[in-house]
Amino acid sequence: MLERINKAQGLMDAACKKMGRQINIMEVCGTHTVAIFRSGIKSNLPKQMKLLSGPGCPVCVTDQGYIDIVLQLADRDDLLIATYGDMIRVPGKGGSLETKQTKANIKVVLSSEDALQLAKDNPDKTIVFIAVGFETTAPATAVVVKEAAEENIKNFCILSGHKLVVPAMRALLSEKNNNIDGFLCPGHVSVIIGFGAFAEIVEDFDRPCVVAGFEPLQIIEGLGEICRQLSAGKPELKSIYTAVVTEKGNTAAQKIIDECFEPVDGLWRGLGKIKKSTLQLKDKYSQFDAFKRFDITETPVEDTSGCRCGEVLSGLIEPPQCALFEKSCTPQAPVGPCMVSSEGACAAWFKYGRKRQK
Amino acid sequence: MCLAIPARIVELDRDNAVVDAMGNRWRAKTTLLPEAKLGDLVLMHAGFAISLVDEEEARETWQLLAEIADFDQTPNKISG
Repeated sequence: MLERINKAQGLMDAACKKMGRQINIMEVCGTHTVAIFRSGIKSNLPKQMKLLSGPGCPVCVTDQGYIDIVLQLADRDDLLIATYGDMIRVPGKGGSLETKQTKANIKVVLSSEDALQLAKDNPDKTIVFIAVGFETTAPATAVVVKEAAEENIKNFCILSGHKLVVPAMRALLSEKNNNIDGFLCPGHVSVIIGFGAFAEIVEDFDRPCVVAGFEPLQIIEGLGEICRQLSAGKPELKSIYTAVVTEKGNTAAQKIIDECFEPVDGLWRGLGKIKKSTLQLKDKYSQFDAFKRFDITETPVEDTSGCRCGEVLSGLIEPPQCALFEKSCTPQAPVGPCMVSSEGACAAWFKYGRKRQK
Repeated sequence: MCLAIPARIVELDRDNAVVDAMGNRWRAKTTLLPEAKLGDLVLMHAGFAISLVDEEEARETWQLLAEIADFDQTPNKISG
């Protein structure tokens, strides 16, 4: 193992020497963010190498406008809100699902199946499932929407905030001031979409894309591989997470996403509107679309809290550069979503990084 | 949130399964992995099996998860 770590570090050192400037590598997965901090990888990299935590945590990228819609729906006593636990602490207008006095009952679920079961168990309420998450999570939502349609369950709908990773990576690279030299691509998103999905990033933007797993050695070797490509001046697409990631991914899951959803332009926190980046239910399932059922539209909301999560997600600043970090924004009293989610860059920095990085 | 956990299918009736990871058992669906069989090790995410996984990978991930749990429960950790 030591030999493999040394080899990867050699590749990183060589790339730093060759490039003669700072190298910025972005991870686009909350689980990678946590693994990188927890294992101490960040503090053992060459000085000229910087890891950026990109838009890889679904809670963090969810726009303020969406959160406000959730809170509005929570004010109706004819509804029952079913949500993954990650979402209940995200602050919006007047509080969060956890702190605000809501008329609707709020239930934390571990699976979309549990949300559908709530609909079956509570025929006098309409269940709104807060459907967030990337491609890893979207198929689970699609399955229950299909099931609800087949079983003609009328008191169930979803508020789809499902996001697609590749359009966000494209948006970041399309910004003129972006400083990203390569991507450590998400492992479990890739289980679904396949590592082939990142080919367009390599082809259109000339950036290395390497899919890695979550064990420290995988991450170190992934970073080493990106550096090898940077030294060679030949960006490539590669997966070193061969245990579970294939080029084509899980085609059954892709098929069910396509059957239920279509990509539409969507709002991302800090990144604004990104073309074809959010999944909306197709017309044939529109009766399960909470946006349509309650006639609501997601509109951009100006954040006046001073929170700089958007710049953190774009890799433009690191959490300590935000004036709120550790002061008015902590995991106990978070202002922004990157501090709410345990996978957020600010929370990871707070928990694991403070003493090491100083 | 995209973290997937390896687990073994210990009961299976059509796409309704019970899976086991490190002694924890819960209900799961195999709808997204039609090829899954009783006894298979699978990656679980949000109640759904999304991929087959081999023994070695599963063991490594379980070990990692156990370390994280231990670490999180350590009162005097030095890193934060």
